[in-house]
Amino acid sequence: MMEDIIGRYMRLDLDGVAHRIYVEEAGQGIPLLCLHTAGSDTRQWRGLLNDPAVTRHFRCIAFDLPWHGKSSPPEGWWKDEYKLTTADYAGAVMGVSRALGLEKPIVMGCSIGGRIVLELAAAYGAELGGVIGLQSSSHVVPYYDVSWTHRADVHGSEACAGVVSGLMAPQSPEGERWETLWHYMQGGPGVFRGDLHFYKEEGDLRGRLARIDTRQCPVWLLTGEYDYSCTPEATMEVAAAVPGAKARIMEKLGHFPMSEHYAQFAAALGPVLEEVRGRQ
Amino acid sequence: MTPLDLPAVVNADPVLRRWGRNLSAEVLLEVGPQSWLLSIVKGAVEARPGPFLMPRWDVALRIDPDAWADYLRPEPPPGRHDLFALIRFGKLKLEGNLHPFMSHILWFKGALATLRGAAA
Repeated sequence: MMEDIIGRYMRLDLDGVAHRIYVEEAGQGIPLLCLHTAGSDTRQWRGLLNDPAVTRHFRCIAFDLPWHGKSSPPEGWWKDEYKLTTADYAGAVMGVSRALGLEKPIVMGCSIGGRIVLELAAAYGAELGGVIGLQSSSHVVPYYDVSWTHRADVHGSEACAGVVSGLMAPQSPEGERWETLWHYMQGGPGVFRGDLHFYKEEGDLRGRLARIDTRQCPVWLLTGEYDYSCTPEATMEVAAAVPGAKARIMEKLGHFPMSEHYAQFAAALGPVLEEVRGRQ
Repeated sequence: MTPLDLPAVVNADPVLRRWGRNLSAEVLLEVGPQSWLLSIVKGAVEARPGPFLMPRWDVALRIDPDAWADYLRPEPPPGRHDLFALIRFGKLKLEGNLHPFMSHILWFKGALATLRGAAA
């Protein structure tokens, strides 16, 4: 059985640097641009892109950030330490969106993606149809030494998977949880840590939330209750700081709702997508 | 189950034996006033109950008793369901040489989770 997901590569310049970006999509209708978590890739969205209830009404698009999945790092990567910044990340998302010619896309991101959609709403709200933040926070407090995920005497793949494994709900199906970990095990050396530079250091967006106008760019926030990285409290803090934002805490889900237990997540996402359709 | 049950369960688990094939360390597990020393050699565990007068260990895991009781529940609540969740909320303190733990996170999580289901 062939799935309906189609993958292609896109050549584009980001901040003047040539990139080859992997993009996959399924469905037709309202553009829904999906952003994976730190250190992972588009495969986290396999449930969504294979869900006819969604693809009937939405053109679902996911792409691998540079350095992730099947998107290569730019030439010369071996000379640099990878560190994601707010400007890099927002530039990549808007660059891909514009290159695809998307009109007023809904941008849905998880974790670091749930963070950057807040910046996108603040800086590019007029170009977007709205944002959906999963496991969304404006900042987090570091709680472990991320350097353990990238050092020669520790297996980085297993360390990355070990660090994130408990972020999922214990009730999530074993197969989906371990598939989510496999994606982490396939990240390049230092890439997860480089993403966490944005998530835990540079990308503190508390000062940006006041710029979000939800009348122009609506904001929905969905957070799994078992996430101790982006906690439900952190999401509610964002909701309180963004007038008009709608937040819901999802039971029996963790940090990777779309990947760790899609059926459970779909039940929470459904009403949001209905609302999106109602606004068109 | 208690940490004294770890040898019987872990040593017979082929998945944990594979994850732990390169793990050798002395681990002190402390839950409030109770303590255990786990001698791990290539993933095989021996366990001794405390108290200890002069324990020698590589890495110590000191866990809050209430949080440990929650951790052991069959369906543990958010924040108490994982060793890193306990760390995040200050309920588990790691001390000593962290290398055995950080290079075998999946083993430690998997091994201690085998004690779940029979919490006091």
